[in-house]
Amino acid sequence: MGDRIRRAAGAFGVSPKAVHSTRIYLIEAELTEGDIDRIGQTLLSDPVLEAWSVGAHPAREGARLIEVHPLPGVMDPAAQTVRDAVAELTGGEPSRVDVMTGYRYEFVGVESDDLTLLGERLLANGVVEAIHMTPWMPDEFPHGHQHDMSVHEVAIRELDDAALEQLSREAHLFLSLDEMRAIRDEYRELGREPREIELETLAQTWSEHCVHKTLKSTVMCEVDEHDSIEWRGRPGTEIGDDGRVTIHNLLKSTVAAATHELIADGVDWTLSVFVDNAGIIEFDEQHAVCVKVETHNHPSAIEPYGGAATGIGGCIRDVMGTGLAARPIANTDVFCVAHPDHWRLPSDEPDARALTPAGCLHPGRVLRRVVDGVRDYGNRMGIPTLSGGVWFDDRYIGNPLVFAGCVGVMPRDAIAGAAQRGDRIIALGGRTGRDGIHGATFSSAELTDSHADEFSHAVQIGNAIEEKRTLDAIMRARDAEGGPLYSAITDCGAGGFSSAVGEMGEEIGAYVQLERAPLKYAGLTPTEIWISESQERMVLAVAPEKVAALQAICDEEHVELCDLGTFGTDGAELVLTYDGSEVGRLPMSFLHGGIPMPTREADCRIQSGSCDIDTPSADIGETLLRLLAHPNIASKHWIIEQYDHEVQGATVLRPQVGAGRGPGDASVVEPVPGSGQGLAISCGLATAFGDPKRGGDPYDMVLGAIDECVRNLVCVGADPKRIAILDNFCWPSCGRPENLGMLVRAAVGCYDGAKAYRTPFVSGKDSLNNQFKAEDGRTIEIPPTLLITGIGIVPDLDRCITMDAKAPGNVLLLVRVDADIVGLGCSHVAEVLGFTLPQAPPLANPVRAASAAAGVASLIAKGRVCSAHDCSEGGALVAVAEMLIASGPDGGCGCDVESFVTEPLDVFAEGTGRYILEVRPGDVETVVAELAAFDTEAIPVGTLSDSGRLRMDGVDLSVVDLHRAWFGTLDW
Amino acid sequence: MHALIIRTAGTNCDAELVRAFQLAGAKTSLVHLDRVLADPDLIGDADLLGFPGGFSYGDDIAAGRVFGVRVRERLYSALRAAAATGTPMIGVCNGFQVLVQAGLLPGLDGYPDQPAKPAVALAHNDSGRFIDRWLAMDVPANTRCIWTRPLAGSTFDLPIAHGEGRFVASDEVLDRIEAAGCIAMTYRDNVNGSRRAIAGICNPDGHIFGLMPHPERFLEWNRHPLWTRLRHNGDQRLTEPTPGLRMFVAAVKAAGQVAVES
Repeated sequence: MGDRIRRAAGAFGVSPKAVHSTRIYLIEAELTEGDIDRIGQTLLSDPVLEAWSVGAHPAREGARLIEVHPLPGVMDPAAQTVRDAVAELTGGEPSRVDVMTGYRYEFVGVESDDLTLLGERLLANGVVEAIHMTPWMPDEFPHGHQHDMSVHEVAIRELDDAALEQLSREAHLFLSLDEMRAIRDEYRELGREPREIELETLAQTWSEHCVHKTLKSTVMCEVDEHDSIEWRGRPGTEIGDDGRVTIHNLLKSTVAAATHELIADGVDWTLSVFVDNAGIIEFDEQHAVCVKVETHNHPSAIEPYGGAATGIGGCIRDVMGTGLAARPIANTDVFCVAHPDHWRLPSDEPDARALTPAGCLHPGRVLRRVVDGVRDYGNRMGIPTLSGGVWFDDRYIGNPLVFAGCVGVMPRDAIAGAAQRGDRIIALGGRTGRDGIHGATFSSAELTDSHADEFSHAVQIGNAIEEKRTLDAIMRARDAEGGPLYSAITDCGAGGFSSAVGEMGEEIGAYVQLERAPLKYAGLTPTEIWISESQERMVLAVAPEKVAALQAICDEEHVELCDLGTFGTDGAELVLTYDGSEVGRLPMSFLHGGIPMPTREADCRIQSGSCDIDTPSADIGETLLRLLAHPNIASKHWIIEQYDHEVQGATVLRPQVGAGRGPGDASVVEPVPGSGQGLAISCGLATAFGDPKRGGDPYDMVLGAIDECVRNLVCVGADPKRIAILDNFCWPSCGRPENLGMLVRAAVGCYDGAKAYRTPFVSGKDSLNNQFKAEDGRTIEIPPTLLITGIGIVPDLDRCITMDAKAPGNVLLLVRVDADIVGLGCSHVAEVLGFTLPQAPPLANPVRAASAAAGVASLIAKGRVCSAHDCSEGGALVAVAEMLIASGPDGGCGCDVESFVTEPLDVFAEGTGRYILEVRPGDVETVVAELAAFDTEAIPVGTLSDSGRLRMDGVDLSVVDLHRAWFGTLDW
Repeated sequence: MHALIIRTAGTNCDAELVRAFQLAGAKTSLVHLDRVLADPDLIGDADLLGFPGGFSYGDDIAAGRVFGVRVRERLYSALRAAAATGTPMIGVCNGFQVLVQAGLLPGLDGYPDQPAKPAVALAHNDSGRFIDRWLAMDVPANTRCIWTRPLAGSTFDLPIAHGEGRFVASDEVLDRIEAAGCIAMTYRDNVNGSRRAIAGICNPDGHIFGLMPHPERFLEWNRHPLWTRLRHNGDQRLTEPTPGLRMFVAAVKAAGQVAVES
């Protein structure tokens, strides 16, 4: 570890001569000398590798020391493990042992200022960790402090607008004036003032994060009369006399409408859409698969490791809490971050450290730590991380995006559950602490430079093993003889118990005894218990007679179970008590139906001009190398290989393909081992196509992303008639009509795309307010970002193919539906060569692009395709290069490419509906003819050779050089 | 034949290990460590033993440490008895770390009454990182390992997925391991920096096998990273059992011989 830190210190301009690291365990317990010896020798050290000692020691000669310890109350999983093991080894009770852990680093050859810098920037995050410059060995561990337990009422009935807004802001409710008014009016009606816990419950339940109020609102849109979008005749849409367009419930009229229309039109394999924690589709006669993707952007901005880990942890719990629980079989992750090496937003100065605005972490650190977080959580849970991507744009500097997804498999008869009157409210898993309070409201707000201080309690460190134990227990309870031991299950995510219990009891009410929740430490107020977002907790509705059986399983799996109360109250109310006194009471109808949905203003006009700029001339070979090295395109092996993508032994195709570890289009798993049927997983992201700064249109961005996702899945052998997709919107503030206008365009794109490709959305999520307000008042908005994640059924694993070029003599065909549409709008080549084209990317008609996908899929199913790769970032020539790279840098395939464009740079044009297929020479004619039947063109663009070189008019590059360029950028 | 697979909190490669034994013809029981601690006779009743991969107890302190210490403190005598009868045992990845820390591997001096101090260790990879890669493995021609002997002298691929897999021991211990034919498998591309590129070892009688790579993840050819290329080339190997499966078949067969002899 010392060496790694020494290398990492270099990035901060510090070069230690040596770094020594030591793990510290502070143990508070009655121990004999013999106990201490045994603990040191047997438990805490390895006789071959390590030495151990007791007590606080000064730094060694010539070294300076620094210690890092978790702050009190921050999750410290290792401490819990050590506590239990020490107790067992010494024959004591775990409750009589307390443990804290820490790290000690001794740096040789480092000045004390630099040591402070390394401590703050590299070794610790002050949000969750404390730094000590001398050995820290307290006489007594810090303990939680008692809070005021009395029930507070908040006087709201007499407040005017200004006072309501002030209350919303100061109490961190993040509710709008309309919402505050609705609450005030409700309490006027009830004839009393709200209690604090009730206001908090409303704020959590009504947060953007939980209720998606922007996407569900009515939007009044300003549109251009010559718009490329046809606004007439859309679901839930009216055109006013003034030409303005009104869309009622944006989400329902676009994303959901497409799904429901497809279902009505014969798509008969979805099982549960939009209503559960994840969307569910059929897999086979006995099994269903479900999928969910979440974002965890704001926590990751402040504490990337904990933010990303709890992001994936929460998404895994979503899958565990879908229907009557699914078993997670794959994770996905996509990150959008600022470029770590040259952050260019304010100026071109090279020193990124100086330029990172106050309140932001350095982008390199953000990326490293989010990868660490996903790795540690996913690998520990034993779920392969199979699909992902990274997109670099400097506007993510203060507000990086962290998407985490999870796919699960479940029996078909376990796809739905419902809490019954009289069921016990059972919480399983982790204990409740003060950590993670206000996560839901925090995630719905704009980030500012002081958020790290104000919202540090919203950030958490996960404990994957706690969640794994909980999963083990739930799987046993679900599959118990005689049927599941519970009637409903959901996870504690944003809003904690308040959201989980509130949602499960929406129809029947719930009676909750808050003092029953097991706490991490004493002193939490009832409100804190109710809204804490402590990780690794699930809530189940359990019939009273089944609690004992569930308890027995939990005991065996070392999972804590607590009985919080009863589902079902008179009048379907939510009733909260603490030690016998009522602390809160809300009608479920107001909680879930009372939120006002105001009409919002959107400006949907696109500011794009046509463009006549001549593209510059450039050396094609050199440009190809630069594109391969572009961080969006370059190899992500540094990330991928830190993730276990083989665990569970069901991975058939992985993110890296071929001897050259090339970029696979999609991963494939066998959800039911031995069944021979697979599930392909991939995603599509076309942020550049929607970038307003580059003349893009979010409508095109969505079509581009859906097309890319479909192509990726088709290229490995998925059936395009069995693809389900998810949307994840990450947007800057929709308080600005222009931003909401772009959101509307994107949502309309979702509708048109899903209909054209016949790919129903089955779930989705949005994260709005992704922008960073810097100290100087500048607001940095992220570019509108929409991630499409897709899962597709692979009917026959034997028909899977991969994108690595297979054999000399085979012919490469460029498949396309749009011979006329070429251009470089929003392309990577435009970025690399430094010219800007204020024009939209050339997109194929989505119905025709879907036809191309069907054509390619039918050829793959017939075994006529040796390899297939989609042309996305970097265009066709980059795709060809990637196929050669994947076949192997040493002695793999080369290719002689014939020119297939009129303008030389168009070999890098990016669009939709394009593929490169490798076919045997004897099959070319058949393949071309069969694709023609799908209204799709296939033109030969090259022949594979054994030269190990990519040759084309004016280009002659070795595959070794291509590989080096592609591999080197992120070879961290 | 009956295989007992022992899991605990954080074990996560148990399902595929169970499947490996089943495809090799054994019946299986997947049992929580706590139940085995309560009833160590379960070990004596089993014909084969499996310690799966994962992150037992979060790999807190060190990989496999708490699992290893609990086995060492409370199951050593039962395992020692099983070792004496030649019960085949496998520890994969985290399971290998457990077998080492419990004093069962390398077992160069047999199994005394009290567990021996670990003589080898699995340290953090040279890179300091978790690595998931498929790598080429060699099985030394002189190996005594009953699991890999059918593959002796051959090269094949297996996936690794670990952060703490660098095999470390003193030169003296390494020499003894090598001389006793206890090297069961080596890396061709030594990505984690193991001494003598050791990927797996066995005890001197060859029944107890620990390795960092995952044979249980390679039970079908379509798990191999280049299988689509092998298929394109019409490779004959695709019609044969995978090297991963062959190890389990060999062990189940050996366990059958043990059963007949006793």
